[in-house]
Amino acid sequence: MPYRSIVLVKQVPDTRSIRGEVMTADGTMNRAALPAILNPEDLNALEMALQVRDQYGGTVTIITMGPPQAATVLREALARGADKVILLSDRKFAGADTQATSYTLKCAIARVGEFDLVFCGRQAIDGDTAQVGPQVAQKLGLPQITYAESIVSLEAGEIIVQRAFDLGTEVVKCKLPCLLTVVDSANRPRPASARRRIRNKLAAIPSEIPALLAQWPEFGDPAALQSYLQKNGLAIPVWTAADLAADEALLGLGGSPTQVHKVSYVVLEAAESKEIPATPEGIQALIDELVQEYILG
Amino acid sequence: MADNRNIWVFIEQEDGRIADVSLELLGKSRELAGQLQGQVWALLAGHQVGQLPGQIIQAGADHVLLAEDPELQLYRTLPYTRLALDLIEKHRPYIFLIGATPVGRDLAPRIASAAGVGLTADCTDLQIGDYTNKKERRVYKDLLYQIRPAFGGNIIATIVNPNTRPQMASVREGVMHALPPDPQRIGTVETVTPHFEESDFALQVLSREMRPPTVHLKDTPVVVAGGGGVRDTAEFQLLHDLANLMGGEVGASRAAVDAGLISRQHQIGQTGTTVRPRLYIAAGISGAIQHRAGMNESNKIIAINTDPEAPIFQVAHYKIVGDLSEVLPLLIRALRAKAK
Ligand SMILES: Cc1cc2nc3c(=O)[nH]c(=O)nc-3n(C[C@H](O)[C@H](O)[C@H](O)COP(=O)(O)OP(=O)(O)OC[C@H]3O[C@@H](n4cnc5c(N)ncnc54)[C@H](O)[C@@H]3O)c2cc1C
Ligand SMILES: Cc1cc2nc3c(=O)[nH]c(=O)nc-3n(C[C@H](O)[C@H](O)[C@H](O)COP(=O)(O)OP(=O)(O)OC[C@H]3O[C@@H](n4cnc5c(N)ncnc54)[C@H](O)[C@@H]3O)c2cc1C
Repeated sequence: MPYRSIVLVKQVPDTRSIRGEVMTADGTMNRAALPAILNPEDLNALEMALQVRDQYGGTVTIITMGPPQAATVLREALARGADKVILLSDRKFAGADTQATSYTLKCAIARVGEFDLVFCGRQAIDGDTAQVGPQVAQKLGLPQITYAESIVSLEAGEIIVQRAFDLGTEVVKCKLPCLLTVVDSANRPRPASARRRIRNKLAAIPSEIPALLAQWPEFGDPAALQSYLQKNGLAIPVWTAADLAADEALLGLGGSPTQVHKVSYVVLEAAESKEIPATPEGIQALIDELVQEYILG
Repeated sequence: MADNRNIWVFIEQEDGRIADVSLELLGKSRELAGQLQGQVWALLAGHQVGQLPGQIIQAGADHVLLAEDPELQLYRTLPYTRLALDLIEKHRPYIFLIGATPVGRDLAPRIASAAGVGLTADCTDLQIGDYTNKKERRVYKDLLYQIRPAFGGNIIATIVNPNTRPQMASVREGVMHALPPDPQRIGTVETVTPHFEESDFALQVLSREMRPPTVHLKDTPVVVAGGGGVRDTAEFQLLHDLANLMGGEVGASRAAVDAGLISRQHQIGQTGTTVRPRLYIAAGISGAIQHRAGMNESNKIIAINTDPEAPIFQVAHYKIVGDLSEVLPLLIRALRAKAK
């Protein structure tokens, strides 16, 4: 039986590559120096959805909420095997906390229509909350399976999933439709195929068309290019607040109950430090000091 | 409606054993309740857990809401959400705290979403303070400052929930301090009856295997940690030897865990355990921000590294520039000599 899957993905700055040059001298962050990537655990979520499609048939639809540049991660998802991608982009979505984010995503999923499974990454590496998956599930009225590591079986409207924690595992059975948040130990995401990458190179949102046209002048004019993209399934739809028929009071900054009071950047504090020579005498003196100061007892 | 100033703590338990983080939250809540002049309430759910309220009161609770039901034996999202929501709606506490464990991270967002309140994830500190919303030109008194690292530990954000109640936060394990049990403390216990709906049982737990934590990094006075600079298990054994001599535990950076030198339970840092020992020894650890997030509040830090520019030296109190295969044996020898 084929399954209709939706995968929620987020474009994130690659916080894993934060090094000296990204943190400036006054301790603020030079965000532009960070590459924007598809959130790592969302790749695991995508892979799990693709495996379901490989095995049972069906479709994989990707949704992301973000600025226009987030179209990049949608092309990435197409190159890795997604069938359909949707960008949610509107100034009204900006400044969202997890409540407003999950509300926006819920409205979009409702607009997509019928589905059997929703996949999320467990956690995004920038906001780091791991809250969006469960909050989308709650707003859709779906059961959730967080920390999903593998699908043990999928049949007769039920899914059996193994969950993985630091200190153990759990196997649960759940009625469909439901939402899974996927951990990084779940699988090794397949790389983008060269064929799919080439095929989807032109996939674009409307605002990217002028730049695309500059690159491919042979299309003549924007309208011609747009209709070419439409015909070939390469026009990435952009949904706004109006398209979602969303309650605007629940979107973006205004729809966010949390407010940021203060942000400070972590600076390496130079502790008052002593250099200890790596010699028997130096080490002996160190141990003596630690004992004297009751640090070692 | 005048706010009540009560702080609720969700008590996580499995097989009748209360999670450390719940006791830590009770300890922290006592301090906050003192500032707010409110009470500390505990929400305890499970099956046959009626023996636990005494321990919860001794750890700091004034009032325990006790829900017992066979359906609550093993944690499941939907029945637990229903129970918590019903009680929250009835009492509207000022603050609701929960451990940032797999259970807390599954339950808290679900409750917050249903209650329409803000939730701050994975806090490492909580304080009471005032907040000015400049746009509204409004000052909010005595809010909960929910302090948390984000961006992979590179920034610390203070987040508030000015308009929604309860103010919800999940809190990392091991950063707050449980109070010593006080047998003199008195408190009350109120039995509550959960009401479920058929749809709450859409998910069934077929099996669950949890290992008890075998590593006790959180309450040890000394942590001896090794990283990517440790070449093999023979060198790693030096860390075990040193930890034994010092009466401490062995920790590790992710590089050492990934290299298979030690199990993940020993990992210190953002995705591992947070520790605050009297003494932390970092051997062959560069001091990546994700590692420092778990150890930089240690009382004293000794760093051993061949690279004099290693970032770990910037948080170290004692810098030893040298090869750990030489320095660790020197430390071991000096300690053995002392013991004689
Ligand atoms: C420093 C800082 C601290 C913050 N702290 C909080 C906080 O404590 N509480 C709070 O409510 N908000 C907080 N936020 C806001 C929060 O980061 C945003 O709401 C963000 O849009 C979603 O949260 P996340 O990055 O934590 O995602 P997570 O909840 O960690 O993401 C889990 C999964 O949800 C899906 N997902 C998440 N975002 C999107 C998206 N835009 N489009 C599609 N799928 C998505 C992905 O599958 C992802 O893997 C904070 C933001 C910053 C910058
Ligand atoms: C989202 C995320 C979460 C993370 N969470 C964690 C976490 O919880 N904990 C964690 O530790 N890491 C975490 N990391 C990984 C972290 O970024 C670093 O990669 C990791 O801490 C590096 O470990 P290391 O310093 O031991 O190894 P390396 O970077 O390999 O450094 C080895 C150090 O040893 C020194 N050295 C080499 N040989 C010797 C010798 N013979 N004697 C003495 N010194 C020597 C070198 O000079 C160097 O400084 C996380 C990363 C990400 C992206």
